[in-house]
Amino acid sequence: MRRDRGRVRAPLALLPPAALAVGLVALPLAALLQRTPWTGLGELLGEPVVADALRLSLVTASLATVVSVLLGVPLAWVLARVEFPGRSVLRAVVTLPMVLPPVVGGAALLFALGRRGLVGRPLEDATGILLPFSTAGVVLANTFVAMPFLVITVEAALRSVDRRYEDAAATLGGGRLTVFRRVTVPLVAPSVLAGAVLCWARALGEFGATVTFAGNLQGRTQTMPLAVFLALESDRDAAIALSLVLVAVSLVVLVGLRDRWLPATS
Amino acid sequence: MRRQRPAWAWAVLVAASLVVACAGDDDPSDETAVEATITVFAAASLTDAFTELATDFEADNPGVTVELNFAASSALREQILAGAPADVYAAANTSNMDQVVDGGAVEETPQVFVSNALEIAVPAGNPAGVSGLADFEREELLIGLCAEEVPCGQFGREALAAAGVAPAPDTNEPDVRSLLTKVAEGELDAGIVYRTDVLAEDGVEGIVVPDDQNVVADYPIAALADADEPAGAAEFVDFVLGADGQDILTAYGFDGA
Repeated sequence: MRRDRGRVRAPLALLPPAALAVGLVALPLAALLQRTPWTGLGELLGEPVVADALRLSLVTASLATVVSVLLGVPLAWVLARVEFPGRSVLRAVVTLPMVLPPVVGGAALLFALGRRGLVGRPLEDATGILLPFSTAGVVLANTFVAMPFLVITVEAALRSVDRRYEDAAATLGGGRLTVFRRVTVPLVAPSVLAGAVLCWARALGEFGATVTFAGNLQGRTQTMPLAVFLALESDRDAAIALSLVLVAVSLVVLVGLRDRWLPATS
Repeated sequence: MRRQRPAWAWAVLVAASLVVACAGDDDPSDETAVEATITVFAAASLTDAFTELATDFEADNPGVTVELNFAASSALREQILAGAPADVYAAANTSNMDQVVDGGAVEETPQVFVSNALEIAVPAGNPAGVSGLADFEREELLIGLCAEEVPCGQFGREALAAAGVAPAPDTNEPDVRSLLTKVAEGELDAGIVYRTDVLAEDGVEGIVVPDDQNVVADYPIAALADADEPAGAAEFVDFVLGADGQDILTAYGFDGA
């Protein structure tokens, strides 16, 4: 069903702001490349601290994305389809992490799930599980900050889906869960994927909530953004090299995913 | 750290300072009526003391506003070397100041205005029963240090080495305030911070580190060469070094210069 859109001509008035937008994003990236210490880059990136941070970043961002999909898609469905009092308040609450300064989010997580937190204390008493300063804590902080990106993407998609497909499936005897699984989810799958990619990208760059809730320890909680921040304290070349790795990995994954999974729209 | 500022960056900087210099219509000799904003970049451990200092300085100099930017000394150093518009830099150790001097951002000789000893911070009530640096080896405790990239992390590790202790930290915090907060919240059983931090934070108790293990940090201050308000910057530095400034600083637990 791909249509030939090659001949669409943009209204001229759109071009200057669009070009400006590209410049705004591309210029700092170009400046980063210009400052990159290309000689000795291999040596810098061979350090164990870099491999540890990169591995931890990829693992925690991916786990946070999985958790976000498992919890966020049902939440998006509830927000899009179920009428109940206070729905707009609930929507605002679950998207709050997008505007909350991440450091505040991390502190709030500590108050809730820390050793003396509302839930954290009974949790530790009952199970011995301590989330702060653990890799699970990093995943939690990432999920807290990144899940809203998935929820709002999927909710918007659910709202724009033609409900008649679901109604037809229900009329034909499909149970509610079956309709959700066999009709609704496939209809919004591209948006779930787009939301997951957004969520993953946000989690990969997460700094404030992670350092506040999970601390900073190489191999356990030190993700790439934390390593970059600390490298900046002592060795700017290393910080730039690390940032470049983060940028490169993100680009490869985002471009790769888009071409492979999302419907091309060019 | 090798700085490599390309020629165009210098040109922009020079042009910007010329514009600023020409735009200012204030006459430095006319001190009473002058409207000026002095931007002070100060180490995170100076937060409370410098906030009070700035208020007093503003009261003494009507029309003058002091803007304070607190962060890790190393982060401030990077900002200054990248051309951030600061008038005064107060660092928590000499090596960061030295790098700013080497980078040409300070032309005068920095002056040490206070020093600060290390202390062990534990949550109120000392739930883990920490008594000294030796406890930093206990695996079952949640121990925090500053990252070794920041001064409190360097000094803390020097003190632990002097005590013959190999620590097992659970986190290396990016600055001393975040370490202190986590101790105060009871998330960590102990951390090494400055004596002033222990005094400033109600939620923690201090455990003295003996002199033979302790490391004392010297805090240098200097007006920056590119200051927009060179006269105000010099006055602020004098105020910090003067009797009034020193009184405030010692009240917060610093040792006077």
